[in-house]
Amino acid sequence: MKYIKYLLVGILFGITLSKAEVISWFRIYEMFKLQSFHMYGVIGSAVAIGIVVMYLFKNETLKTLHGEPIIVEPKKKGVSRNLIGGIIFGLGWALGGSCPGPMYILVGKGVVSILVVLFGAHLGAFLYHAIKHKLPH
Amino acid sequence: MDFILQPWAWYVAGPIIAICMFLMFFFGKKFGVSSNLETVCSMGGAGKFVDFFKFDWRKNKWNLVFVVGLIVGGFISDQWLTPSEAVAINPNTVSDLAEIGIHNAGATYLPDQIFSIEAMLTVKGFLILLIAGVLVGFGSRYAGGCTSGHGIVGLSSLSLESFIAVGGFFIGGLIMTWFILPYIF
Repeated sequence: MKYIKYLLVGILFGITLSKAEVISWFRIYEMFKLQSFHMYGVIGSAVAIGIVVMYLFKNETLKTLHGEPIIVEPKKKGVSRNLIGGIIFGLGWALGGSCPGPMYILVGKGVVSILVVLFGAHLGAFLYHAIKHKLPH
Repeated sequence: MDFILQPWAWYVAGPIIAICMFLMFFFGKKFGVSSNLETVCSMGGAGKFVDFFKFDWRKNKWNLVFVVGLIVGGFISDQWLTPSEAVAINPNTVSDLAEIGIHNAGATYLPDQIFSIEAMLTVKGFLILLIAGVLVGFGSRYAGGCTSGHGIVGLSSLSLESFIAVGGFFIGGLIMTWFILPYIF
């Protein structure tokens, strides 16, 4: 039962990305063609509020359910990992029109072919860890 | 009720995404989807081939449950909350897509040329889907996050690493959209 809250947040997130058409390949294409504000508005407004939330985490106005301070783990440093990894991710995001969240949401929408993309994503994660010692970070 | 059935504006979706992020941290966890790819690999026995995957996947069960929620949310939305499949994209986008061979853009959520069963069952179509997934999975784990971990959490924390990563997302996305997609279909 303690897991049900994560399920509910996932459902809210899934419905929101569906209803805002973030799971649409066309919206991603339109974003990269710089022909609509929609996606920038979605990400931008989430980040704008997120900045306030993070500030409230940091000064401990907001704490966890159990009253503990919330510490957001910093991302790993390194220009190569973030830039090259980011570019590879971006190529796939624009080709398949979906990042990992929308892949799962599209499974729920009943899109059979997204299972190939999702399989590929697991394969990609596996391959990264198999060859990462040879990559610049 | 009608406003729920309409497509949601960015100023509705963005704040709800921020709330989802807040809730995950409030529950003492993190907000990031792509790490689930590693958890599932580990669960599937990838540790036999690559040592990294020898971690105990059970500690990430909460995140797998979150992902099950995404699937359920996609189902609920599709079944009961989305009376129209049309996506009102920019008319210029529609004509740009027609020029590169993708017709009826915006009539549905996804282009048939990529996502129909017929397309999936061709060698070329299957490879497009597979390669898109491999790039996303490889890139997100190389960078240590995807649109949620780097895009939402990282940018909200004003992390330099995430600004670099999201810059990379856009460089890759622009290259694919402007210079590669026109030659695929």
